[in-house]
Amino acid sequence: MKYLTITGNQFIDTCLSILITFWPSLLLGVKTVLLVAISGTIIGLVIGLIIGGLRAIKVEKGSILYIIKWVYDVLAKCYVEIFRGTPMMVQAVFIYYWLKPAFGWTPIVAGIFVISINTGAYMAEIIRAGIQSVDVGQTEAARSLGMTSIQTMMNIVLPQAIKNAFPAIGNEFIVNIKDSSVLNVISVTELFFQAKSIAGSLYKYEETFLVTAVVYLVLTIITSSILHIIEKRMNATKTSYPSSSTTSRMVKTQGGGK
Amino acid sequence: MSETLIQIFNCRKSFGSLEVLKDINFSVNKGDVVCLIGSSGSGKSTLLRCINRLEHIDSGQILVDGQDIYDQSVDLNKYRAKVGMVFQSFNLFSNLNVIDNCIIAQQKVLKRDKTEAHRIAMTYLKKVGMEDFAHAASTQISGGQKQRVAIARALCMNPDILLFDEPTSSLDPEMVQDVLDVMKDLANEGLTMIVVTHEMSFAKEVANKVVFMDKGVIAEEGNPQDIFTKPKNPRTQEFLKRIIR
Repeated sequence: MKYLTITGNQFIDTCLSILITFWPSLLLGVKTVLLVAISGTIIGLVIGLIIGGLRAIKVEKGSILYIIKWVYDVLAKCYVEIFRGTPMMVQAVFIYYWLKPAFGWTPIVAGIFVISINTGAYMAEIIRAGIQSVDVGQTEAARSLGMTSIQTMMNIVLPQAIKNAFPAIGNEFIVNIKDSSVLNVISVTELFFQAKSIAGSLYKYEETFLVTAVVYLVLTIITSSILHIIEKRMNATKTSYPSSSTTSRMVKTQGGGK
Repeated sequence: MSETLIQIFNCRKSFGSLEVLKDINFSVNKGDVVCLIGSSGSGKSTLLRCINRLEHIDSGQILVDGQDIYDQSVDLNKYRAKVGMVFQSFNLFSNLNVIDNCIIAQQKVLKRDKTEAHRIAMTYLKKVGMEDFAHAASTQISGGQKQRVAIARALCMNPDILLFDEPTSSLDPEMVQDVLDVMKDLANEGLTMIVVTHEMSFAKEVANKVVFMDKGVIAEEGNPQDIFTKPKNPRTQEFLKRIIR
């Protein structure tokens, strides 16, 4: 690789040279990061909705369902404790090699699998807390109208729970962008893995990893801004009827606009 | 007018070691407007919630239309659809707008199609004077408006009975009358209602039966004239003295 002289500062010039020369492999790493983080977060959210949603359903004592629910609760708790209580790096290595003979999977598939079930454990708790944050009066009102507990959960409680939990769900996504780096231990060619190879070939660790850190930072800043916009949209009032709680906001946007 | 709709026999309910309902017996006829009065913690709301099965009685029997509502064969959701409930804190579904609040249970429970459910919802919103707010967010209307929507939501299910759990207790004073007017209209139309309330003027004017509860028992019941003008039980006398100035 040829080192450029752009700023005159040798350290910064090396960083820039790495960025310019190796951007294709860095970009490949970024793509893998996004693939793993996005699919891991979405699949994890689905796992969390199912596991957390079922955990929040209350079953009347004395029925056979109550026993099934009790067993389910214990299993769900074990799942959450195991995957939150052990490092994802250890989970990745163990699961990848343990299930490789059975599934014959590639590192990337194994990586998405690991990050999904790891995220699922966190999401289950996030969703459960989200459901608990919904006023019990909402459930009572729905049940008093004759809606079943499943209908109440799907139509009334979960939509509100997801909205309440959205900041935490978004946070999981950002965590996954960063934590996908541990998947380098099973040779997933994400950003950290690429950076390691570049640094190794050049023997320039400080410069390469500074560049890498900046790339991660750009990714997380963009992501959190997007999440922030979505969050604002979700909380925007969907009405034109002014009331004491809306007027101040309406006055501000109308007065400041154009 | 004399057909019995609700009969309650020897109803008991405890929360832990606290006995909230002690041997409650009373009945409600079709078309009755029953007001449950009494100080906080006397078990009024609990009794109402037991009728809707939001709480479980420990012993005793509640018959509605001759059917034991705690019987295994009762389809709880079908039963609840016929017994409307209006809450102190409104409990409008905050993820849905006003009209959808009135539509959702019609679709999910009564399996009405969307246009019919919409038509029925608009009819009842008009009745409570909230038709102009049909597409407003349910979190953005005032307390009195919320409670009127909650009443419309309950009416959309065409209930046999409507239970009111302190419907005006968390409202601004000027909103109270709007809600009471709606309730008065419903009473005049012959809807059976059980109302837990602290609005003594409403009880006096609208109820045909007033039940005074004290420490988990029915201390006195009778028509409003008797209860308010010549209460027999000393505890009723004391309660009324404190509440009516």
